[in-house]
Amino acid sequence: MALKIVKGSIDRMFDKNLQDLVRGIRNHKEDEAKYISTCIDEIKQELKQDNIAVKANAVCKLTYLQMLGYDVSWAAFNIVEVMSSSKFTYKRIGYLAASQCFHESTDVIMLTTNQIRKDLSSPNQYDTGVALTGLSCFVTPDLARDLANDIMTLMSHTKPYIRKKAVLIMYKVFLKYPESLRPAFPRLKEKLEDPDPGVQSAAVNVICELARRNPKNYLSLAPLFFKLMTSSTNNWVLIKIIKLFGALTPLEPRLGKKLIEPLTNLIHSTSAMSLLYECVNTVIAVLISLSSGMPNHSASIQLCVQKLRILIEDSDQNLKYLGLLAMSKILKTHPKSVQSHKDLILQCLDDKDESIRLRALDLLYGMVSKKNLMEIVKKLMLHVDKAEGTTYRDELLTKIIDICSQSNYQYITNFEWYISILVELTRLEGTRHGHLIASQMLDVAIRVKAIRVFAVAQMATLLDNAHLLTGNMQRKGICEVLYAAAWICGEFSEHLENPMQTLEAMLRPKVATLPGHIQAVYVQNAAKLFATVLKSQEGNTESTAAQETSQLMIDRLPLFVQSANLEVQERASCILQLVKYIQKLQQKDVEVSEEVSALFAGELNPVAPKAQKKVPVPEGLDLDAWINEPPSESESEDEQPKAIFAKEEPKHSRPRHTEVDEKELARRREARKQEQANNPFYIKASPSSQKVYQEGPGVEHIPVVQIDLSVPLKVPGLPMSDQYVKLEEERRQKERAEKKKKEKKKRKEKRSGRGKKHDSGPESEEDITPAHMVDIVTEEMPENALPSDDDEKDPNDPHKALDIDLDNLVETAKRRPLADSEKLPVRSHRAAEAPKSPTEDGDAESAALQEPKKKSSKEKREKKKDKERDRKKSKEEKKKKKHKHEEKEEDLLGGQADEPAVQSEETSEVAAPPTSTSAEEAATVAAEEAAPVPEAASGTAPDSEPDEPKDTEMEESKSSKHKKKKQKKEKEEKEKKKKKKHHHHHHHSDGGGGEESVQNGTVEDEEPLPPMSNYCLLAENSYIKMVNDIQGNLQDGSQVVVSVIFENKCESFLKSMEFNVLDSLNSKLQRPEGSGPHDGLTVPFQLPPGVSNEARFVFTVQSIVMPQKLKGTLTFIVKNEDSSTHEKLDFKLHFTCTSYLITTPCYSDAFAKLLESGDLKGSSVRLEGVNMPFHHLLARICFHHHFSVVERIDSCASMYSRSIQGHHVCLLVKTSGQTVSIDAKCDEPTLLGNVLDEIKQTFSQC
Amino acid sequence: MIKAILIFNNHGKPRLSKFYEHYSEDTEQQIIRETFHLVSKRDENVCNFLEGGMLIGGSDYKLIYRHYATLYFVFCVDSSESELGILDLIQVFVETLDKCFENVCELDLIFHVDKVHNILAEMVMGGMVLETNMNEIITQVDAQNKMEKSEVNLTLPVLFMFECMT
Repeated sequence: MALKIVKGSIDRMFDKNLQDLVRGIRNHKEDEAKYISTCIDEIKQELKQDNIAVKANAVCKLTYLQMLGYDVSWAAFNIVEVMSSSKFTYKRIGYLAASQCFHESTDVIMLTTNQIRKDLSSPNQYDTGVALTGLSCFVTPDLARDLANDIMTLMSHTKPYIRKKAVLIMYKVFLKYPESLRPAFPRLKEKLEDPDPGVQSAAVNVICELARRNPKNYLSLAPLFFKLMTSSTNNWVLIKIIKLFGALTPLEPRLGKKLIEPLTNLIHSTSAMSLLYECVNTVIAVLISLSSGMPNHSASIQLCVQKLRILIEDSDQNLKYLGLLAMSKILKTHPKSVQSHKDLILQCLDDKDESIRLRALDLLYGMVSKKNLMEIVKKLMLHVDKAEGTTYRDELLTKIIDICSQSNYQYITNFEWYISILVELTRLEGTRHGHLIASQMLDVAIRVKAIRVFAVAQMATLLDNAHLLTGNMQRKGICEVLYAAAWICGEFSEHLENPMQTLEAMLRPKVATLPGHIQAVYVQNAAKLFATVLKSQEGNTESTAAQETSQLMIDRLPLFVQSANLEVQERASCILQLVKYIQKLQQKDVEVSEEVSALFAGELNPVAPKAQKKVPVPEGLDLDAWINEPPSESESEDEQPKAIFAKEEPKHSRPRHTEVDEKELARRREARKQEQANNPFYIKASPSSQKVYQEGPGVEHIPVVQIDLSVPLKVPGLPMSDQYVKLEEERRQKERAEKKKKEKKKRKEKRSGRGKKHDSGPESEEDITPAHMVDIVTEEMPENALPSDDDEKDPNDPHKALDIDLDNLVETAKRRPLADSEKLPVRSHRAAEAPKSPTEDGDAESAALQEPKKKSSKEKREKKKDKERDRKKSKEEKKKKKHKHEEKEEDLLGGQADEPAVQSEETSEVAAPPTSTSAEEAATVAAEEAAPVPEAASGTAPDSEPDEPKDTEMEESKSSKHKKKKQKKEKEEKEKKKKKKHHHHHHHSDGGGGEESVQNGTVEDEEPLPPMSNYCLLAENSYIKMVNDIQGNLQDGSQVVVSVIFENKCESFLKSMEFNVLDSLNSKLQRPEGSGPHDGLTVPFQLPPGVSNEARFVFTVQSIVMPQKLKGTLTFIVKNEDSSTHEKLDFKLHFTCTSYLITTPCYSDAFAKLLESGDLKGSSVRLEGVNMPFHHLLARICFHHHFSVVERIDSCASMYSRSIQGHHVCLLVKTSGQTVSIDAKCDEPTLLGNVLDEIKQTFSQC
Repeated sequence: MIKAILIFNNHGKPRLSKFYEHYSEDTEQQIIRETFHLVSKRDENVCNFLEGGMLIGGSDYKLIYRHYATLYFVFCVDSSESELGILDLIQVFVETLDKCFENVCELDLIFHVDKVHNILAEMVMGGMVLETNMNEIITQVDAQNKMEKSEVNLTLPVLFMFECMT
């Protein structure tokens, strides 16, 4: 043993350390890679040794090699070994290595949990510190979940050094494990007032990061921050706070008003430029948020602009840059104040610093007017010529186009000038923005009718000189312009002077070298041109000329028929055949030009880029709904996309949103965009959508090297834009002169006028009239487009999960059925206990983790499970985002579960599918809407988390039950049950993982449940059958929703169904506003033979303690081929007390408290001769009577439910032999009695 | 948030790279190269802020850098950081290095990249600024180095003893 150690240490003396490695690499400059590979071999040997010092040394070297770009993930396990060394020296090396190369998919990370926990609680503060630092770099959702409690404890550590690190790392924990935010927040808030400035600063830092993403949740902290701002002297903290205020003010204008004064004081007093700058920035934010016009604010704006001017004029380039940056913020709301500094900004355009020029360019956008647009653009064009480096030049190009096209070409007075600018821009080499220029050309040519003649002439010249644009590979981006040119020439070919020449140019063999999508446009537009040429030639009665043209087409088109591009090939062969046919006709002396041009007749109107998005979704159509059966849970992820198209799947299915559907949607959207991009008839204006244009293979990856051509590339025969500037000047002068003349005349006429008042001062904006009467065609929008105008946030933003209302921490906790302490709800999958409140859970969790050795072996087994759960979790989170609006509105316990039901109720009431086939489809849609997706249900805000999964499930299983074939229905039911179990599993892993034994009264290995349905027969005759189910509406304590499935049993068509109920004092059918109390409700669909569909009706009830029956009638028309008859069907709608209950899960401790409280009155019932397994019995009670199992021990179980009006109903179910005794407690004895009667009845039936 | 901290020399050789978000090794090298390419072609007397850089960041991100003798210190930060504040932070970082290494030069960074990492860890943690006070940083770094030394002292005599035995 001793010898071994000695040997190890001697080895160590001969080992290379980091310094030796670095030295070695420096000495082997020529064969560095070879040298390093031998070093790596050595390191591998060292890692095999037992001596931890040797290992640490090896890991240290690996960290260095990682920086040089070598993958060292293979040593991850050794890194963990070094991390777990007891010596700080090695531990630090280990953690450093881990922080450099571990990431979420490093699988050994899960082995570190206990080591990190140990280090976090180490008595040595530096062990803890190193662990925290390392963890901050590689924290995973699992680590965050498992360690959140430990880190939270450290937030109150005695040493400020640890406190500040613990506080800071919490942000990372929140990101990875959003559930921790709510319980940790109070302590975090506390740290804002920590005596140690470092800790305080860290807390400010974390809250600022949080608030930046979801500012509204942090408004309540404003007073605290205000206090900090006025008291703190730490500039770093001040800057953070002031930045935070900048984010908060848009939400709360009153805050802004309060801020102005202290900020102004700071601006005047501080000597730190960084602080001054941030103050100015925030004042700007405040001013933007306040509606302007208040006198004292104009003073503030002046102060800001003045300070910024000082910054911009400063010799320090950094200040200049920041000054311009802030200026651009003011520009948006107070353009006038910025415009007065135009001189300064134009000056900055000449700055040698590119960053500054870019910022100045941003500002220019707001400075242009009709008067100076040409002048500014001219200046920019000069810069374009001078610009070295493509990035800046491209930036200039986009800016020029931005400036000119802004607010619908508002500032352009002369479109001929603009077209020539665009044409001049095509001379740029290597620009990536060819498509941008192209889209501008298209846009202008289409929308400004007056300019078409000019544009077409220009484009024809461009086409003629296409070789200049395509001549060299560097200019690949710019050839996009030809796309526009070809299209314009084709579409507006009637304006062409010499269409024949253009046609010839478009059919040159060289065209075949262009990208496919451009060739396609060429071919198509050649056909348009051909039509125009034919027309003119036939008019001249020179049939030979016309035939020659056809011959030209026939000669040249085969080139395109051979194209590898499918689009080109298809179009070309189509047109070729057409022309051949035309030629045949021509040879017979038939006049064809009319017919040919009829092919391309009609005006194309521009379509607004958002038009498609704004087409209102027809009511009753759910775009997210599945059309076919989604793949079942058990299938592997990769198979899912395939299954979407699988036709053999049963039609009616359990609707479910999965992330696949989002991905799929995105994919389709992408595909659609692509398609649109290649479609010349689809006009887009936004640059973002334009990007797709350029999807040519790897255009972006071709390194753009600037080539220096001494000869400027000029397209001959094109006018220079400059001459327009001159012309425009002259024109304006002339105009002005004329105006003056006129005015003089006027004045002469009105001699009595007050003389000097009309003196024409400097030319004002309105005086400039456009050179052409331009008719800017507005883009078309669909009728009744929705006015919404927002770009949604990125749904993948991890920060969305952190959008948690923190102010209502206490309130929401109160509303819960259980007391919620500050402890973290730990998502544990290890401890197997009955579900309890999070409080106890946390302890259970840590207790379970006391045995580290066992765990690591367990770990592997659970890894799989874990992964699955994680996958679900991520789905869940996505859903969470999706359903965010619901969360926000939700104010009652678990309220949201019922919301979808209400929604679908509305939709199905209004949707009236006109045709028989769509009726069925609508049924599916309705069902899908009605059945909230499980993920959606469980992915609710943490404040309602434990409450609703079950009633969602119930909802779901019920609403999707209207199947044509009962068997199928039942089979699905079974499946659903299984899934249900599965689902609960995962949901309750939040609560403690005990679900395996008890949830829903079923145990995994017990026999499967029989199919169950809550739909009971309402009425039936030879035409129609009605089954119904009643559900409470949790959001509104006085509402129940009755879902009725209508099934057409006859061979005829059923239509005009009207559902009416005779209201009682207690229960009323909700009718649309304006209808009388006895009016029936129209069922929103018709039923073809054999089809069933579901409609929902809302009833208001006052008292829910008694069951009641309502009489009603359904009237409908039976339509045969030859006749139609009125029929009616009477029914009795039975509102049981059960239907007022809502499945609400309850933790065992809360349940115990509830029973202890003594407010509940008891009652009991005995059921004899119940011959079914206990878990079936429980499942039946759960399913039919909306209960949830709280705890189950052998043949005894406690169950819980709540009424829509908040009555608690607790059951204790015991079984012995065939006797079942139910002891029940409830705060409303009548209700309880009735519920028990109903339960009894359920079991007497079976 | 700080997304990455890079130190490289005038030839683009990385001297320290710290990414607070995961990238593959290849991407990291690409980012370093791209950043070097962007930063190195700038004149001495231009501003220290830089937009662009396709790989790292996006519109919300900025490169903030300082050039000291042979070394570039580059921070990639998002809009929640104050530009001037980060410039100050770089200054603090360099001054701290100067104190810890006594007249720091590129060679110190080349041979003791682990120490640089340790110093940086006391300033920035997980992409967020932890400490800006130089004295505090130095105190903590020194205390940890002292601990390291004490551990070495503990082990050496034992080693020596064994060596004598053989």
